[in-house]
Amino acid sequence: MSARETILARVRAALADVPDSEKPDDVAIPRDYRRSSELAGAQVLDLFAETVADYGATVHRSRPGDLTVTLAEICRRRRVHTLVAPPGFPEQVVTGAGAVLMRDGPPMSAASLDRADGVVTTAALGIAETGTIALVTGPGMGRRALSLVPDVHVCLIRDDQVVATVPEAMDVLSDSATEPITLISGGSATSDIELVRVEGVHGPRVLHVIIIESGPDT
Amino acid sequence: MSPATGPVVWAGSKPFPRAARTQLAKSEQRATLNRVTHQIRRKRAVVVGERDDWEELRRAGEQIKTRVLRHLDIYLEQAERSLVAAGVTVHWATDADHANRIVHALVKETGETEIVKIKSMVTAEIGLNEFLAQRGITAVETDLAELIVQLADDLPSHIVVPAIHRNRREIREIFAEHLPGAPDTLTDEPSELARQARRHLRERFLRAKVAVSGANFVVADTGTLCIVESEGNGRMCLTLPQRLISVVGIEKVIPTFADLEVFLQLLPRSSTGERMNPYTSLWTGVTPGDGPQDLHVVFLDNGRTDALADPVGRQALRCIRCSACLNSCPVYEKTGGHAYGSVYPGPIGAILTPQLRGMDDPVDRALPFASSLCGACYEVCPVRINIPQVLTHLRAKAVEHDRVHGRHHLERLVFRAVAKAFDDDDLYATGLGLGLPVAHRVAGSDGIHWLPLAGAGWTKSRDLPRPPQRSFRDWWSDQGLDAAGGGSIS
Repeated sequence: MSARETILARVRAALADVPDSEKPDDVAIPRDYRRSSELAGAQVLDLFAETVADYGATVHRSRPGDLTVTLAEICRRRRVHTLVAPPGFPEQVVTGAGAVLMRDGPPMSAASLDRADGVVTTAALGIAETGTIALVTGPGMGRRALSLVPDVHVCLIRDDQVVATVPEAMDVLSDSATEPITLISGGSATSDIELVRVEGVHGPRVLHVIIIESGPDT
Repeated sequence: MSPATGPVVWAGSKPFPRAARTQLAKSEQRATLNRVTHQIRRKRAVVVGERDDWEELRRAGEQIKTRVLRHLDIYLEQAERSLVAAGVTVHWATDADHANRIVHALVKETGETEIVKIKSMVTAEIGLNEFLAQRGITAVETDLAELIVQLADDLPSHIVVPAIHRNRREIREIFAEHLPGAPDTLTDEPSELARQARRHLRERFLRAKVAVSGANFVVADTGTLCIVESEGNGRMCLTLPQRLISVVGIEKVIPTFADLEVFLQLLPRSSTGERMNPYTSLWTGVTPGDGPQDLHVVFLDNGRTDALADPVGRQALRCIRCSACLNSCPVYEKTGGHAYGSVYPGPIGAILTPQLRGMDDPVDRALPFASSLCGACYEVCPVRINIPQVLTHLRAKAVEHDRVHGRHHLERLVFRAVAKAFDDDDLYATGLGLGLPVAHRVAGSDGIHWLPLAGAGWTKSRDLPRPPQRSFRDWWSDQGLDAAGGGSIS
């Protein structure tokens, strides 16, 4: 008997007390936890800005026309001279931001990614209650290594991409469930020394999130 | 029966009461543990308090896991189909040795002699690093706390923070002595220590060809694997190498992608007291142009089916390894993790270890007693494992095991005598009449501070009040009242 058959036979023997007539769906799963929030759109956005900043990330709110200026300011402050952008990223945003654009096509080696100062990506969505951004492999966000190896990550997210809750986020992400997904909440961190949270271990030590506000001017 | 053959329990471990005594003597460790467990409890309480639906989330988490466990064969087969369809090679390992041999063969095939590892309880359970080391393969632990433990040739003492028993001063010393290239000016600032770990590991990440991981969740309907982490070392291991081998306990399967919405809320808040951990990675098989193109999953039994066979003990397999039960346990906070002698310490370890291994070893039989049954663990458990219930259930099993194997507890003999006396009025009265005056005289005016033999364990940390000269029933009959009490009082 193969190990597979052995294990499955052991499992079936172990479950002798479960009636044959019971189907998985017969074990009820109560789903009365909150799926959505009562907050209005603007409040959700404020909460997102607050929770992202809670992790030590820097939050910017920018009009579409001001993105390059915002990015230039970040590059100056963080001394980012070379900036990686994934395929499909709107490169006009980088032009004039004061950093040399490096394209990941053909794919850069891990070593050359390590030499780049920063990376700029878009996001798939943001979660307000937890201060999370989600990246899905694809246009604008690239492959996973891009947002990992360089030390500075600048992430652009449209205001209409921010949802309130984790269940809302997983609903959206279920459309791309089989693509690689990374949920990012702040810069890389550890609490391994006396449970003191220290920002910056192996992932980017610096995270800037730019919320693109496309709503009408006030 | 097919109990775990792997280490789970470290060689040379002593049963909990003896091991605890050794650990309790370490005053610096006790101070560190006391400080950090209380701190993490407070952090957890704050972020759990933010959720007005915390109980609903717990109940959902409990039931999702219960559904999987009661129909595990169906979900394992579904997970396998989804994984294979996504381009993953699936292996099955009946025990630790089998899993180690599978992983070793997969590493050997590549010709590599160094692999990078994401912190994983299951590979600690099977003793993978030692197995590979004996065959000339170096497994580099990349989680900061695991690195600290590995450099110091120490043992892990916590599920999430394996070096929790070390304070920053000790960690500085470990790095100064064992970390290649650590500067002489190294301070004990956590940020400085983290920077050194980054420097040390970065080149290893960049050159690694093979990585080994565990998994927090395996989604049956999509074949998605999920790893929840903080430092980014996990992402490095999952993204940069060419071959990724994930060793996964068979109980890690969850039915659907949507179920992640429950666990991704329960786990970080329970574990590190954060609304969300810094990085969560989800990947489904091979994605051309992104990450390892050669993926392997090893499903591991190693005693899990034994635990599954016990309808009461089965619930321990719901565990998502958050450590909230350790952090809230009044026993763990004093003894630390090493006293449990197992890679799974604390309350969850006390019910998981003996179920994975069986009760033949005294270390396993002692574990269900390593608790005051206060219930704090049950209260914080995100998947509502009734740990006190399983503890008492396993205590009964341990005592039964002793009886069957002809080992007699003094406690059993004493209670047998007590039962006899309680059963026989004359015997009881005679016993008290003879015993009390002696006990009264021996005790002296300020009570009993010392008992001989088996009683020594009791008086070591407690005093007994001075027994009265005569019994209550003696006194009562002197009052000339009838047995029913009643009438004459008025």
